[in-house]
Amino acid sequence: MLRRGLNRLLGGDERRVHSRTIYIGHRSCAADEAFIPPKFCDNRIVSSKYTVWNFLPKNLFEQFRRIANFYFLIIFLVQVIVDTPTSPVTSGLPLFFVITVTAIKQGYEDWLRHKADNEVNKYPVKVLEDGRRIRKESEKIKVGDVVEVVEDETFPCDLILLQSSRDDGTCFVTTASLDGESNHKTHYTVPDTERDLESLNATIECEQPQPDLYKFVGRVHIYKNSHEPSVRSLGPENLLLKGATLKNTQRICGVAVYTGMETKMALNYQGKSQKRSVVEKSINAFLLVYLFILVSKAFVCTTLKYVWQNKPGQDEPWYNEKTQREKDTNLYLKMFTDFLSFMVLFNFIIPVSMYVTVEMQKFLGSFFITWDKDFFDPEIQEGALVNTSDLNEELGQVDYVFTDKTGTLTQNNMEFIECCIDGFQYKYRDASSELDGFCVTDGPVNKLQQKAGRDKEELFLRALCLCHTVQVKESTEQDQVQRDGTPDQVDGSGDGEVFHIPQVEKGFIASSPDEIALVKGAMRYGFTFLGLESKTMKILNRNKDVEMYELLHVLNFDPVRRRMSVIVRSRSGDTLLFCKGADSSIFPRVRQDEVERIRMHVERSATEGYRTLCVAYKHLSPEEFAHVDAGLKEARLALQDREEKLIGVYNQVETGMNLIGATAVEDRLQEEAAETMEALQGAGMKVWVLTGDKMETAKSTCYACRLFQRNTELLELTLRTLEDGVRTREERLHELLLEYHKKAVQDAPAVKAGVTRSWSAANHDYGFIIDGASLSMVLNSSSESNSNRYESLFLQICQNCTAVLCCRMAPLQKAQIVKMVKNSKGSPITLSIGDGANDVSMILEAHVGIGIKGKEGRQAVRNSDYAIPKLKHLKKLLLAHGHLYYVRIAHLVQYFFYKNLCFILPQFLYQFFCGYSQQPLYDAAYLTMYNICFTSMPILAYSLFEQHICIEFLMDNATLYREIAKNAMLRWGPFLYWTLLGVFHGLLFFFGVRCLFSNPALQDNGQVFGNWSYGTIVFTVLVFTVTLKLALDTRHWTWINHFVIWGSLAFYVFFSFFWGGIIWPFLRQQRLYFVFANMLSSVSAWLVIILLILVSLLPEILLGVLRKPRGPHARQKKRVQSSAGGLQSPRSSARPLLMRTFSDESNTVI
Amino acid sequence: MMASSYNAKEEDGHISGTSNHGGAGTVKTRKPDNTAFKQQRLPAWQPILTAGTVLPAFFVIGLIFIPIGIGLYVTSNNIKEFEIDYTGVETSNPCYNCAKNFSWNSTTPCNCSMSFTLEQPFESNVYMYYGLSNFYQNHRRYVKSRDDSQLNGDQSSLTNPSKECEPYRTSEGLPIAPCGAIANSLFNDTLELYHIDSNGTRTLVHLVKKGIAWWTDKHVKFRNPGVNSNLTAIFQGTAKPVNWRKPVYELEPLDSENNGFINEDFIVWMRTAALPTFRKLYRIIHKKPNTTPTLPSGKYVLEVTYNYPVLSFDGRKRMILSTISWMGGKNPFLGIAYITVGSICFFLGVVLLIIHHKYDTRSNSADIPN
Repeated sequence: MLRRGLNRLLGGDERRVHSRTIYIGHRSCAADEAFIPPKFCDNRIVSSKYTVWNFLPKNLFEQFRRIANFYFLIIFLVQVIVDTPTSPVTSGLPLFFVITVTAIKQGYEDWLRHKADNEVNKYPVKVLEDGRRIRKESEKIKVGDVVEVVEDETFPCDLILLQSSRDDGTCFVTTASLDGESNHKTHYTVPDTERDLESLNATIECEQPQPDLYKFVGRVHIYKNSHEPSVRSLGPENLLLKGATLKNTQRICGVAVYTGMETKMALNYQGKSQKRSVVEKSINAFLLVYLFILVSKAFVCTTLKYVWQNKPGQDEPWYNEKTQREKDTNLYLKMFTDFLSFMVLFNFIIPVSMYVTVEMQKFLGSFFITWDKDFFDPEIQEGALVNTSDLNEELGQVDYVFTDKTGTLTQNNMEFIECCIDGFQYKYRDASSELDGFCVTDGPVNKLQQKAGRDKEELFLRALCLCHTVQVKESTEQDQVQRDGTPDQVDGSGDGEVFHIPQVEKGFIASSPDEIALVKGAMRYGFTFLGLESKTMKILNRNKDVEMYELLHVLNFDPVRRRMSVIVRSRSGDTLLFCKGADSSIFPRVRQDEVERIRMHVERSATEGYRTLCVAYKHLSPEEFAHVDAGLKEARLALQDREEKLIGVYNQVETGMNLIGATAVEDRLQEEAAETMEALQGAGMKVWVLTGDKMETAKSTCYACRLFQRNTELLELTLRTLEDGVRTREERLHELLLEYHKKAVQDAPAVKAGVTRSWSAANHDYGFIIDGASLSMVLNSSSESNSNRYESLFLQICQNCTAVLCCRMAPLQKAQIVKMVKNSKGSPITLSIGDGANDVSMILEAHVGIGIKGKEGRQAVRNSDYAIPKLKHLKKLLLAHGHLYYVRIAHLVQYFFYKNLCFILPQFLYQFFCGYSQQPLYDAAYLTMYNICFTSMPILAYSLFEQHICIEFLMDNATLYREIAKNAMLRWGPFLYWTLLGVFHGLLFFFGVRCLFSNPALQDNGQVFGNWSYGTIVFTVLVFTVTLKLALDTRHWTWINHFVIWGSLAFYVFFSFFWGGIIWPFLRQQRLYFVFANMLSSVSAWLVIILLILVSLLPEILLGVLRKPRGPHARQKKRVQSSAGGLQSPRSSARPLLMRTFSDESNTVI
Repeated sequence: MMASSYNAKEEDGHISGTSNHGGAGTVKTRKPDNTAFKQQRLPAWQPILTAGTVLPAFFVIGLIFIPIGIGLYVTSNNIKEFEIDYTGVETSNPCYNCAKNFSWNSTTPCNCSMSFTLEQPFESNVYMYYGLSNFYQNHRRYVKSRDDSQLNGDQSSLTNPSKECEPYRTSEGLPIAPCGAIANSLFNDTLELYHIDSNGTRTLVHLVKKGIAWWTDKHVKFRNPGVNSNLTAIFQGTAKPVNWRKPVYELEPLDSENNGFINEDFIVWMRTAALPTFRKLYRIIHKKPNTTPTLPSGKYVLEVTYNYPVLSFDGRKRMILSTISWMGGKNPFLGIAYITVGSICFFLGVVLLIIHHKYDTRSNSADIPN
């Protein structure tokens, strides 16, 4: 952070310039210009916070910025400076301990960050310098260096592609770790630079670094000999981003344009700011209340002291004269020091130990997440990972879940499920029969023959094989060997073909994974696509013959048309058009009688969450083709409105087709994704899907995850809906927003937010869909006032929708959405979950960031607060762990405030009886030990082991999560209850003993008790009461709870005997000498202790019983339900099943 | 090979690491241990307060507390206590003159006698207390103004008392023994009790001055410095507290067991009282071996040697005669409190029983349709 700021400072003058100029290879270009190497930042990534030198001051500064630490520091200083009733050690020691432990912890964490940074920065790269390849550390790359990258390596900085090992000057790149799109993208070399890099003399002029991944504007000036420099424009297709990986290309060279913290990846990476949980905010609020109580107590005492001293003879009676120094002190100064002394005396009301205990609870408690074997994934041999323990309880408070799609909800692994040919359904049998799926005479193919005509089948399969843009990956020698080694490989090349049939996924490359799935699906039925060679597509048909088709035209896919076509010519000379696309875009273009046969299948598949495509074909006569060919060529060459013209021709061609069939492809969901989502929604969380993926894909995933249900009405705000009318987008946006708002917000009946959504079929459910472009229009509207209005409209709509889908999101836009929701009214708690680098910004932005230990690298995991192997683990993490952690820590916090209030209140009341002289009621040992030893362990054990409801029950009943929503246990109501309880107990302890001491002769030998006996009796009652109060609250008594609760009481008794049993040589006063033992020898003391403990706990017990209708009832229910658990769980999963089978009327459009 | 090691790992998880897999043990698996502790599945007792468990408890508490309370109340009421204020505020008070003419410098002690009548005889041991009011023995400046190591017989503290004793640390250059405000303000009135017979003769009631301090204080916490019994020599080089009439080694010159720091009157005084109105044990009147009451009813005279001024801070001085029971001195609070709490518990028990009964039938009927 600091470094980045520094860079900004240093680069300030450079930044003012609109663009930067880069000299490729640092070669000066024009002879007349003096070459001044411009200054850019180096290629170092810095995520660490401290260095060795600034650690101590910076860390201390940060620690004392915490209100509590600062307060304790002040108290400590007061104790050192002013003559106070308690020694500075009592507060100095704990403070020192806390500060040291925290510093060590943070230092260790920063050391880990340093290590991670170094790993990236020291990564070896090859740089071309003066014609030689030099190995360098990644951090030493300078802007202008020519860097060489080989296959499967990630780019060390943002590069302009100069040279590729591929013939056509392209390279393939996957940006999975940047934006989550795992398909291969093609990038192009700068024209004219290919041949010789060493002699290349060029400068690049480009814009200053900016975070948008998809934007890049620049131009390159190429100097050749003495000619005028030729200028080529550069776009995002020339830019290789740091973090992306080179695929399917052996080697590329590129020139570094942005390095280090200026790369687009780094700019998209937001600094990891300290996340604070709501509980911590609540603690701070309560702290302020207690601080106020403390100050007012001190103020009252000081005032009364001086009022009291005004009476003659009170201030300085003959028996109690002041020292000379005291007499000399200025009155106002004395008043001030008196005030401070009272503060010190009462400061135990805000104990340091609470912070220690909270930290310990969080730290130790988080181990239960790492230890949980349910989070263990045998596939990756890893369990959950906790990166920060500060947010455990936040897991129990989540209102909004933002989830990434690719790799999080889905496995990003498309599979061909079934197809429908001419109205007959073909379902491919799964795994077991996969091996023989190839065989013509076997399995599904048999079925094929039974159902539809063979011609139709083959036509359909040919269509699948031809209508796509898939490329076959050229396998290298090693791959070949490896594959041949695998025994279960079915080699389809019967007649000694040179082609190798690629069966593993890596064999195909396509811009969309479902194209691969389709090609593979066709392969299963016996038609194998062998590749495209110089405009000829080769297909291996069922009879093991190779069919050749000449590829004439590809009518590319676009989201408006939602279909793509190819025009091929077969060997026999027929010209065919194959078209595949969404049903809605195909149906109007085919014969209606064909539609009816297919429609039902398509709709059924769609409701099951499959991605459906319809396949059609058309026979083109030579004349027709000539016409089309001409039209296409013309449109392609058009300089203006090229797109529109092309689409016009496309639409013209793709009419009057014959529908052959439909396919259903499944984007495999993660295990239990739908169940998890349902549980989250049942728990009252709103789930938003934020993805960089296409809308169609994302939508079908939402259906599959049951985020959108069949009766969900979708409100769409995408480029498609925006571009319907004749009006400008802006107007249309305005209109749509108002319309949706009316629908979803104003007309919606005032139901309690999110309650029982899936069960209320009558209620209208809304789902909202927005894409990145529309979102930026909403957020960055041209006029300022509109922008705010749109944003609030948008938020209101979204909040009334059961699920929201945001597609085509840039990483920063994801964060923007999270931020917007986070800062909306009621400041809901947000959780982001994702697996790729494109999710990092939203993971960092949300209150809680969860990383999935997916296949897309560790970036998300590293930046997350918690990492889990699979999405399904989220359910337990939130519903069980989160719930328990929240209850535990909320109780811990309330209990701590309570126990210190009733600890200090008697001491405050005592001031009224000791002449406001700051005389402590308790001995110093008790004052220090109370929070450290006597009462700390039981609450710590409670806050680690308590399970007020058992884990299984929490998992089964997601609605329980709502009971603690909105910080229910730490709101002012419960706080007031605990405070009143503390006051009641404090008053009771003090005045109970006060009444006893109206006659201090409490022993049967007539001897009297003094002030220390008084304090000890109060303290004994106090320790027993607060411990037993906790025991009453404990619902889950493990042996540890027993040990700790009874142990601390025993320890208290033992300690008191011990402390009072010896004349301690280092003590100035033997105040407690045998006080405790003498107290125990007095029957009255026993009686009063028992009485007071009982009376203080009586209301608690009574409340516990009166609350009984809930308590035991819930338990009964629990018992009933757990016995009927076998009944209940299938019921929940049965419901959607029923819906599936009886879905006749369909309103879904996929 | 791979498969076998994988199986071993799987097994490891199920048997929770109880068995050792020789070769496979080297394969480090990161699978969390399946122990009850780590999986938060420790066996636990899950109590829930229900009317069923609480109701008997309430009744039991009520049934125990009420008799105890009655017992306490009766005991407290049976304790006889007599209190007389001898401060001398009103002119009618015999000690008025002494109080009014008090001066620190007067060498002759002022005496006054208070006569009073005991309506009832005091049986058993009678304890004589002096009581002070509005005397802040618990003032912080006062409480800390002592040196326990000096009082424990520490030689170095004797000559160099703790700074806490200021301004009662040194007097004219010599260290004060015992130092501090508490010691300095030792209660030094002498009280003597005379019984007036029916025929008018005064008999001195024998007051025992031993056994009034805590045993541990007397024998461990307070100790005279030095080994020899010649206290005068030991305290050589120290000064007496400014307000004392005689040095500490002359408190009880005749009884070396009750002289110096281990003087019981002194020890009692050094135990600072909890509240500004307090009483301290002064003397004990042991019961007579025969059947006659320790203090028969009748007239008594309290002879006071008035040394201790309290009027300057509006204080009061009392003399209290009290018998003692097993629960200590007279204090009706405990008895009343126990009776009250016991009754409340009993009452709540009844109320809860009614509620419980009603609720139970309701919930039963509600359960039937289920």
